[in-house]
Amino acid sequence: MSDIACPLPITDYPNVLLAHGGGGRLMHEMLTRRVLPALGITDSGQTDAALQELGGARLAFTTDGYVVKPLFFPGGDIGRLAVSGTVNDLAMMGAVPHVLSLSLILEEGLPFETLDRVLASIRATADAAGVRIVTGDTKVVDRGKADGLFINTAGIGTVPAGLTLGPAQVREGDAILVSGDLGRHGIAVLAEREGIGFETVIESDVACLHRLVAKLLEAGIELHCLRDLTRGGLASAAVEIAQAGRLGITLEEAAIPVAAPVEAACELLGLDPLHVANEGRMVIFCPQAQAEAALDCLRADPLGAGAALVGRVHRDSPGRVALQTRIGSLRALDMLSGEQLPRIC
Amino acid sequence: MKYVEEFRDGQAVRAYAERIRRLVTRPWQIMEICGGQTHTIVKYGIDELLPPTVRLVHGPGCPVCVTPVGAIDRALAIAARPEVTFCSFGDMLRVPGSRKNLLMIKAEGGDVRMVYSPLDALAIAEANPQREVVFFAIGFETTAPTAAMAAWQARRKGIRNFSLLVSQVRVPPAIEALMEAPDNAIQGFLAAGHVCAIMGTEEYLPLAARYRMPLVVTGFEPLDLMQGIHRCLTQLEAGRHEVEIQYARAVRPQGNPAARRMLGEVFRIIDREWRGLGVIPASGLGLSEAYADFDAEQRFPVGELPAADDHGCMSGLILRGVAKPRDCPAFGTRCTPEHPLGATMVSSEGACAAYQRYRRLTEEALA
Amino acid sequence: MCLAVPGAIRAIDATDPDNPLGRIDFGGVLRAVSLAYVPEARVGDYVVVHAGFAISLLDEEEAAAAIADFRALDALP
Repeated sequence: MSDIACPLPITDYPNVLLAHGGGGRLMHEMLTRRVLPALGITDSGQTDAALQELGGARLAFTTDGYVVKPLFFPGGDIGRLAVSGTVNDLAMMGAVPHVLSLSLILEEGLPFETLDRVLASIRATADAAGVRIVTGDTKVVDRGKADGLFINTAGIGTVPAGLTLGPAQVREGDAILVSGDLGRHGIAVLAEREGIGFETVIESDVACLHRLVAKLLEAGIELHCLRDLTRGGLASAAVEIAQAGRLGITLEEAAIPVAAPVEAACELLGLDPLHVANEGRMVIFCPQAQAEAALDCLRADPLGAGAALVGRVHRDSPGRVALQTRIGSLRALDMLSGEQLPRIC
Repeated sequence: MKYVEEFRDGQAVRAYAERIRRLVTRPWQIMEICGGQTHTIVKYGIDELLPPTVRLVHGPGCPVCVTPVGAIDRALAIAARPEVTFCSFGDMLRVPGSRKNLLMIKAEGGDVRMVYSPLDALAIAEANPQREVVFFAIGFETTAPTAAMAAWQARRKGIRNFSLLVSQVRVPPAIEALMEAPDNAIQGFLAAGHVCAIMGTEEYLPLAARYRMPLVVTGFEPLDLMQGIHRCLTQLEAGRHEVEIQYARAVRPQGNPAARRMLGEVFRIIDREWRGLGVIPASGLGLSEAYADFDAEQRFPVGELPAADDHGCMSGLILRGVAKPRDCPAFGTRCTPEHPLGATMVSSEGACAAYQRYRRLTEEALA
Repeated sequence: MCLAVPGAIRAIDATDPDNPLGRIDFGGVLRAVSLAYVPEARVGDYVVVHAGFAISLLDEEEAAAAIADFRALDALP
């Protein structure tokens, strides 16, 4: 029997891979080792939006690019995503969103009918959310240079006085809640994508969460940290918060709501629903004593109907997330590694 | 999901653990050959429920892990050709060759596609007659019939722009090689349920007899594994060495006759190199003479590729069950899922990746 | 090594007799799957699916027996 024959390590990729945008550890590494140092940014804040004090006002400011394929998927489309994603980044700071910018990058050959549908969806979503689109830009690129269209939106909101949310506010003993069942968006998009060939009844959860946050604040819930569970899912968000807040987190697998078809699709493709993206779900950190009140408040709203208490914060193994499995054992939960790839083995 | 959920009942798993504790009177080493089972064991912490005298050894049953670096390099060379659309299961995209992986070839402009089924690759060939579509056929006997069907259909329909880069392997010769190794300490096997769903148990009878070891064909859910381990231990304690089927809902002794017929038609048995284990006689499948035209290696000769160097990865020892991931000095430091040194870290069912993903917590608690 | 999942056959399209396609329901997710290797399968049967192929007809009696065995275990003191 021969001895070990192993490949050269790929310690550093010379080019950007799709996985660098997957919301997992590779993206995290690219940001912390390359992007932030290059820009001289030392205090990234680890939050979804930047908190800026300008002229006496506390402003939350954020921007996000949207490159979903397909443009239309069950339960939503790129336009709805582009509004709600940015609104949610503001909402996760406890901000009231006010205005958005809209930048369209259109591919040569895109049917106007498609553009019109996306614009109508943007307008409907913004109107419903109570935000205005106040500035914008349009560019057209050569055929083949964009998947139909890309969108960038930036948003500004105002943060109530005295309210600061973020990993640094998370405390030992905090309860961890999710606002609904997980994985719908990721699976709905994946099912529509070529090469998978799934039919499902799963619709994306894409939605604006700012009103749900406002209701929690109105109900007197002392919010410590919010995070919308986009790429990388609950697992990646929990790890980021545990690391940034230097506390330990334990999640209980049996308590985490996942709809049966999402669970089934994950089984088929070898994916972990805790890593799958959502676009209308958030994780909430608040004092244990208020967990029941927060759940009642969430469940009274259709967007939070599936809310559940899924874990707690403690001082053991800071920076780590543990999952109590269905059979009672504990295992480590990690960030999504790279791009989520369906597997057969 | 029906027929999945029922086999994850935590209370029954713990009851089985208790049953195993009462049964065992001395130390035993059992190998689960299949990476899917390793994944379940580590994901659910099943080995932690077993008495310390029962040691589970993780076997080489992960097609990603055992595909030699030379085969990956050949795949990368073919995938980089401008006329080629290279189709692969998602599993293989991140596996490093000497210098690159398929995702990097894609980032450099190669047409690399992920498919769910070999028939999806064939459909791409049919829809794009101007492209040369190559399917990277990796895997064990479970996956081989799916690739065989793609080749058979391509031949029947006269689809000439389709070919297979074959790196298929067979389980029984690997078990034999492991048992013949001088440092072998394995006393019983959990055989892979899905491989046996295709192949049946016929090939395993002589192995059980020759090495006087029990072989229990086992499923993939926590309760399947507990039951498989229990049955294997029951045989060991009683001094028996039989082939038993735990995964009876999917496995018959004769396997799947239609799939086996197709394997015989499209493939022939050849020697193959396994990463970490070297060349094992009769351990692989290659295209039969009638299908030689569909062999991507013949269609796209890439010449001699330089041999890869050893960079300190222990995956060979780990694949043989001689070492555990934590025995490796590179584990979790120089070698992580983002920057894997070896295949056992790349594949999510590789032992190292499973440990990295699920175990770090326990290890830190112990440290 | 091989991820395979059980699903129920909702419909069979045998237009190509060499490669009949089943519409398989995996707990609410549907996909077309080749039934070429389980020619005996009928609508309503459960099959075990790997990489787009049914590799085995699931024996529901065996499954029920295994589940009953676990339940009996649960009931033990």
